[in-house]
Amino acid sequence: MQIHKYDTVIVGAGGAGMRAAIEATKRSRTAVLTKLYPTRSHTGAAQGGMAAALANVEEDNWEWHTFDTIKGGDYLVDQDAAEILAREAIDAVLDLEKMGLPFNRTPEGRIDQRRFGGHTRNHGEAAVRRACYAADRTGHMILQTLYQNCVKEGVEFFNEFYVLDQLLTEVDGVQRSAGVVAYELATGEIHVFQAKAVIYASGGTGKFFKVTSNAHTLTGDGQAAVYRRGLPLEDMEFFQFHPTGIWRMGILLTEGARGEGGILRNKDGERFMEKYAPVMKDLASRDVVSRAIYTEIREGRGCGPEGDHVYLDLTHLPPEQLDAKLPDITEFARTYLGIEPYTDPIPIQPTAHYAMGGIPTNVQGEVLRDNTTVVPGLYAAGEVACVSVHGANRLGTNSLLDINVFGRRSGIAAAEYAHANDFVPLPEDPAAQVEAQVERLRTATGNERVAEIRRELQECMDANVMVFRTEQTIKTAVEKIGELRQRYLSVSIQDKGKRFNTDLLEAVELGNLLDLAEVMAVSALARKESRGGHYREDFPTRDDVNFMRHTMAYREVDDATGAESIRLDYKPVVTTRYQPMERKY
Amino acid sequence: MSTPNSPTLDKHSSALDAAEASASHLITVTLRIRRFNPEVSDHAEWVDYQLPIDPKERVLDALHKIKWEIDGTLTFRRSCAHGVCGSDAVRINGRNRLACKTLIKDINPEKPITVEPIKGLTVLKDLVVDMDPFFQAYRDVMPFLITKGNEPTRERLQSAEDRERFDDTTKCILCAACTSSCPVFWNDGQYFGPAAIVNAHRFIFDSRDEGGEQRLEILNDKDGVWRCRTTFNCTDACPRGIEVTKAIQEVKRALITRRF
Repeated sequence: MQIHKYDTVIVGAGGAGMRAAIEATKRSRTAVLTKLYPTRSHTGAAQGGMAAALANVEEDNWEWHTFDTIKGGDYLVDQDAAEILAREAIDAVLDLEKMGLPFNRTPEGRIDQRRFGGHTRNHGEAAVRRACYAADRTGHMILQTLYQNCVKEGVEFFNEFYVLDQLLTEVDGVQRSAGVVAYELATGEIHVFQAKAVIYASGGTGKFFKVTSNAHTLTGDGQAAVYRRGLPLEDMEFFQFHPTGIWRMGILLTEGARGEGGILRNKDGERFMEKYAPVMKDLASRDVVSRAIYTEIREGRGCGPEGDHVYLDLTHLPPEQLDAKLPDITEFARTYLGIEPYTDPIPIQPTAHYAMGGIPTNVQGEVLRDNTTVVPGLYAAGEVACVSVHGANRLGTNSLLDINVFGRRSGIAAAEYAHANDFVPLPEDPAAQVEAQVERLRTATGNERVAEIRRELQECMDANVMVFRTEQTIKTAVEKIGELRQRYLSVSIQDKGKRFNTDLLEAVELGNLLDLAEVMAVSALARKESRGGHYREDFPTRDDVNFMRHTMAYREVDDATGAESIRLDYKPVVTTRYQPMERKY
Repeated sequence: MSTPNSPTLDKHSSALDAAEASASHLITVTLRIRRFNPEVSDHAEWVDYQLPIDPKERVLDALHKIKWEIDGTLTFRRSCAHGVCGSDAVRINGRNRLACKTLIKDINPEKPITVEPIKGLTVLKDLVVDMDPFFQAYRDVMPFLITKGNEPTRERLQSAEDRERFDDTTKCILCAACTSSCPVFWNDGQYFGPAAIVNAHRFIFDSRDEGGEQRLEILNDKDGVWRCRTTFNCTDACPRGIEVTKAIQEVKRALITRRF
């Protein structure tokens, strides 16, 4: 076991982690631990744009953006945080441009902007061009630009280091972050990183679904590490299903395709979104569009031999426009479906896309241990975190914004904290838990297979806690996840080696997914209302009296028996100037 | 807004019909994989795996089936699984490709499909190679915007034409398919390789950048662009369709003319 000492340790090297690293490296001795090489991170798969009220192509202002974000999140958004997000968006985009990001340009040479779902002028009047973009590769350009600037700033990366545990030490009656424990994939060696400040920026949890736009590596590692140490997870029942994934594969086709004029159609060729969202139509918020698609499918208007998908129709758009604005997604259709989007509509279905919930933080990125108290030295930003700027449903282009605004904020805050505070002592035998976990998995001889349990988990989640939920389906999921968690104890792996043991890695990841799936299902069961991405057919309306509050889920362990359970608590929503209204698009 | 030319079922192309057909048609394929694990043996060996698979699936899906159902020790990198993260560049039937962008039906499943690590980088285990020298060459060309003077308050202006000038090379995902297909790189690991030059090109031809001279001097080195023998392997290998060889030629021309 090796022990390293850094002022600031960042876990994850996607957009939030690298944006934080650029700030933290300038101010403190910083290490970035990442499961993947930085440019492999899933920020690079984001396509359509990054919202900011630059008003480069039409009238816009950040107050409208704030409102849209709050309404998009079905009033579960903390409004002070949404205001920061929208206000700081403008500088966040300009900063990226100055770092070199190659945005598409207007004829005047300014950053071009396009329409996106839920972004409107003057509180819902009509769609507004707010998404700053680089073709349909905006996430790729952000990831590359941030990595380039990390190279420029000399950011120190530990590539293929997988963080498995969060260390906490009690000092003067207060639990503080002491560092993290990581597993080096190349060697199997365990490393302890003692740090004054730790920032989690390790991304989402989408791999507990089967049809998902998420990478294989998005397994909720950061959420699981802090949750197992008794810290809460917020609003985990809210998961976004992006309306347009490639049918059955789940590969993302950007909402920018509809921003450019693409239309959703059912088997009769009908533009069905006109029925569900008369003003915004295909550019209604994602939860609304995904429910509309499944309603069409359920009512027998789905396409294909099994009627299980609808079409994204781009055939009326000029090929030059598709080539210039949507080159990647049209290529995906050619590569994976063998169809030509100039002339054929693209079969699509909703795909599990984004966790609105995560590790609760305040607007400085400080992690909360309850509704109000921070854990000194612990930060989180990006999809792993829940500020909450996305509430019950995130607007498209607000995630690339979130990682830049709150990545930057947490990087600055963590480095400043590291300056003002000393190291706290490591707990006794800091790597013990990870060593035991790794050794148990490496030597286990049970007869359960990781891939089989994961497949059953993903199928269970798709069937029971996707776009439509009921008490019965959620209970089915809770029961099944409980069974899978039991079976996971008998999992064994075939690769017993130390070197690049991805068999072991996948087993650890599955453990994370199982824990987080359970939190999601238990949180969803208790929320007896429909709001944003959480739709209960047995409670089809929003209930502001009982549920306009954030879920806080805690892992509890019975001291006597060692039995685990989940305790739910609730946290008030911060409301500043927008009172909840009925949500229509 | 009107509803233009609605597609109807009777206008389906055969390609769309094929895309929508149920995935029930499985064929048996053989994957012949170059395996190497220094914890077990000093030698690499070819190992055959037979498996049923839908020909519309990816080579990456086949690798996963082997790992998940047959042999958990098979080791490879992957993440996004749709050609944007650059993790899974491998040599398939002797050609560098991304395993997640190569469909079984497109590579003649009648014969064994060979899968081996990309060449010119040290193999660490099975299909996993040491990427550090590759990323070092990338870092060496100063792959970031260099500007002088004070920053403007708003964005720097750039015409759509100037933006288009370097569009092709912004697409690079650093998968190393180009560099590890280059015979010059195979023989001399000191050569920067196509990917590093592509990323230098991305900045040299960016109208906002003022570091072009510095980068050109770096690439004027004996291990720089002049080592390129214009074999076009890199262009053939690029999963993003970047005209890599053309970009290298443009850098060479810029070195001669000092105009960029």
